[in-house]
Amino acid sequence: MIEVEKLSKSFGRQEVLRGVDLTVEAGEIVGLLGPNGAGKTTLVNILSTLVLPDSGTARVAGFDVVTESDEVRRRISITGQSSAVDELLTADENLRMIGRLSGLSASSSRQRSAELLARFDLVDAARRRVASYSGGMRRRLDLALSLVVAKPVVFLDEPTTGLDTRSRRELWAAIRTLADDGAAVLLTTQYLEEADQLADRVALLDGGRVVASGTADDLKARIGDELSLPAPTLDDVFLALTGRN
Amino acid sequence: MTTLASSTAFVPRPLAPFTEEGVFIRRALLHSLRNTESAVMAIMLPVMLMLLFTFVFGGAIDGSGDYVDYVVPGIILLCAGFGAAATAVSVSQDMTTGIIDRFRTMPIRASAVLTGHIVASLVRNLIATGVVIGVALLVGFRPNGGVVDWIAAIALVALYILAITSLFAAVGLAASNAEAASGYGFILLFLPYLSSAFVPVETMPAWLQWFAAHQPVTPLVETIRALLLGGDASTRWPTAVAWSVGIIVAASIWGALLFRRKAGRR
Repeated sequence: MIEVEKLSKSFGRQEVLRGVDLTVEAGEIVGLLGPNGAGKTTLVNILSTLVLPDSGTARVAGFDVVTESDEVRRRISITGQSSAVDELLTADENLRMIGRLSGLSASSSRQRSAELLARFDLVDAARRRVASYSGGMRRRLDLALSLVVAKPVVFLDEPTTGLDTRSRRELWAAIRTLADDGAAVLLTTQYLEEADQLADRVALLDGGRVVASGTADDLKARIGDELSLPAPTLDDVFLALTGRN
Repeated sequence: MTTLASSTAFVPRPLAPFTEEGVFIRRALLHSLRNTESAVMAIMLPVMLMLLFTFVFGGAIDGSGDYVDYVVPGIILLCAGFGAAATAVSVSQDMTTGIIDRFRTMPIRASAVLTGHIVASLVRNLIATGVVIGVALLVGFRPNGGVVDWIAAIALVALYILAITSLFAAVGLAASNAEAASGYGFILLFLPYLSSAFVPVETMPAWLQWFAAHQPVTPLVETIRALLLGGDASTRWPTAVAWSVGIIVAASIWGALLFRRKAGRR
């Protein structure tokens, strides 16, 4: 579903990605980890057609992100770091707007909005302007907006940043459902516990390259052997592999 | 996995023509309704200026009491400018918050966001113009134009609103944030003062006369005044229309370039 080969990107003199290889299969959640500035968001932006790569190839749902961006856009949904919600509209209006833009009829949009408001616990706030929402409510709405129409490929760029534990667990359940329904999910996160709990596989990005990938257990076992740690956590893996610490 | 990729349930069909425009016009109109402060300002300010010019300065500028007839066409254009300035702020907000990235990752024409703001501004300002004309009639504005003159005058006002709104939309794209957008916008709002909107051009110093006579607001004001108050509108309207259309074309090209630079892939 997502196939990335030797992907590179520089902004001016700063090389952000230096030959990234990555795959995500349908029904799989891949957690993309890495320190701040490792290039996680840049990679997601390239895959979601916001940014052009300098070299290498990336195919999403079978289409090239550079030359077939319209086909890619029809098959992806994205929840970004900065909440992409309309502050002056209500949650219901936001959801219906995205419904209409996704090709749903007015009545289907209304129905879909009601379903998602219920699922993301936003029914009470549905007719209030988003500007009055808490951070957690915005995040939930943001995720709901990217699920108005189910897409085969889902990008989640730090979806749970700033959420309390309960909201986070609810989001995890929602994300798990997406993968169970067959979507390929690429998730970036700062929280190693999140990757550990949620991701089928983890890819560790550092210095613009994938320095390790595999299941969380594989990586833990490897680092445990290397460093002779009895019960390594994903934190240990992260610190051991992202050199600069 | 192949079944998922080919399943039509997952892949939206291309949208019906003008779906984006419809959605974004609706969105911008909702924004306008919720931005009560700027809506009130866009109507209150011109009305207050009209009262100021009619009752305070009017006597000094023209003792005959007919000044209200002279000044109303200028106030209408001033009002259109105030209302359009909000477009720069709306556009800038859209470009600097995450919402534009959501639209850009969807299979839609994201630039229709701009169309939405421009059409909403047109609607907003035509309503404000109606209010201004209503107040003008209350304070003694006595137009004598016929139905055709009124239609022509309102068409010119609409054209001017479109011109100045397109310009403000481009300013909103060029500005680095919403505050800057409203700051730059203010420069444009001074154009009506340096025209024949409030005082005849002949009363100005020679160097200013040249500018006042050759800027877009003067032919527009002169034509609208002639249409509503029974003068000869035939001489200045081609210039008025040419200016407006010229501004719309130039601002659209500038706006399209800026949009491509800001919202294009880098």
